[in-house]
Amino acid sequence: MIVAEQKPMEEIAEMIKDFNKILILGCGGCVSVCLSGGEKEVGIMASALKMFVKNNQNRDIEIKEMTISRQCDWEYFDMVKDAMAEVEACVCIGCGAGVQGLVDVYPNVPIFPGLNTGGLAVGKVPGVWEERCAGCGNCILHLTGGLCPIARCSKHILNGPCGGSEKGMCEVDPKTIECVWHLIYERLKSIGKLDNIYKIMPMKDWSTSSDGGVRHLTREDMAKLDAEEEHKKNVELEKKAEEAEAAAKSQG
Amino acid sequence: MSDHQEQVAVKEKPAEGFVPKIVAFTCNFCAYAAADLAGSTRTEYPVNIKLIRVPCTGRVDVVHLLKAFEHGADGVYVAGCLEGNCHFAEGNYWAKRRVRYAKKILDEIGVGSRRLEMFNLSAAMFGRFVEVANIMNDRITEMGPSPLNKK
Repeated sequence: MIVAEQKPMEEIAEMIKDFNKILILGCGGCVSVCLSGGEKEVGIMASALKMFVKNNQNRDIEIKEMTISRQCDWEYFDMVKDAMAEVEACVCIGCGAGVQGLVDVYPNVPIFPGLNTGGLAVGKVPGVWEERCAGCGNCILHLTGGLCPIARCSKHILNGPCGGSEKGMCEVDPKTIECVWHLIYERLKSIGKLDNIYKIMPMKDWSTSSDGGVRHLTREDMAKLDAEEEHKKNVELEKKAEEAEAAAKSQG
Repeated sequence: MSDHQEQVAVKEKPAEGFVPKIVAFTCNFCAYAAADLAGSTRTEYPVNIKLIRVPCTGRVDVVHLLKAFEHGADGVYVAGCLEGNCHFAEGNYWAKRRVRYAKKILDEIGVGSRRLEMFNLSAAMFGRFVEVANIMNDRITEMGPSPLNKK
């Protein structure tokens, strides 16, 4: 899931200093699970923010509290239409994608981020989350026994471990950071795939990560076109198929 | 425990001089029974402490503690069972963690973490209940009204 943590109250109060009626909008998805942006956290932030503003900016503000199931799909944004019309600004405590989703739908309402979004993580023990995926767009987990060196190695190296691995810990912080290449070695050993570690991995193709601007994911069969456009596309594809058929016949 | 109950608990008329408004979240199985016992034995404790009975201190959430301050409390404390003696096994440990978290928020917003505290006592310890009530009353009286009530 996506993990995030709350911004300092001072920073949030500074963002909303010109507004008196605010909506704090939570998300029932990932940030709810990592206890930073769900319904309960909306309540806590609303109460704390009211007191902070009264204490430090000497004024009373009105806060509306709402939480929607997800902040990354259009159909849920409609649910806050009425609330958005009533308020002057919105503090969104979803992930960064949530904030920008709202910005697209409500161009006239200032939307502020209430969280710092961390990354893709799993829960280790209750209350502790650790990053597991860097979203690089080119997965190599099948080669590394299911443990990711891109997300979990401090140097992101592909042919480890490096000289800084000692007793299974990383030199960057030997107390808290495990050497993922040590873990990969142990894991490959236990599943009988130790020969994988002798294979030299070539330089990683980063074109799927940060090359070519914003990344899009498209499923053509799900992407809805308008009827006219769809008809045109179908005619075009049929024409191409006929041509291919004719070419195959003439060759045969 | 409703918001209404919380508001009623803290909206008393202030007496002459500063009398702090203190809200105590008390566990049904220990602190609340201890308060009852204090009453039965005619032991006095400060009258400006308003008790809110909860089924277990594990029911008390950070938002309840903050709401109490928001609605005008000068001090808040949570009184739960002795550690290891919770009726619901570990509700009082949860409460202690939440009090610690709420203390951080109180420092951040400028109310001050000393205005919130967690205590542990048993149903028989009515003397300790009175002592705790006096500790909080003295501390908050000395600190003065919550910065939110000054404005």
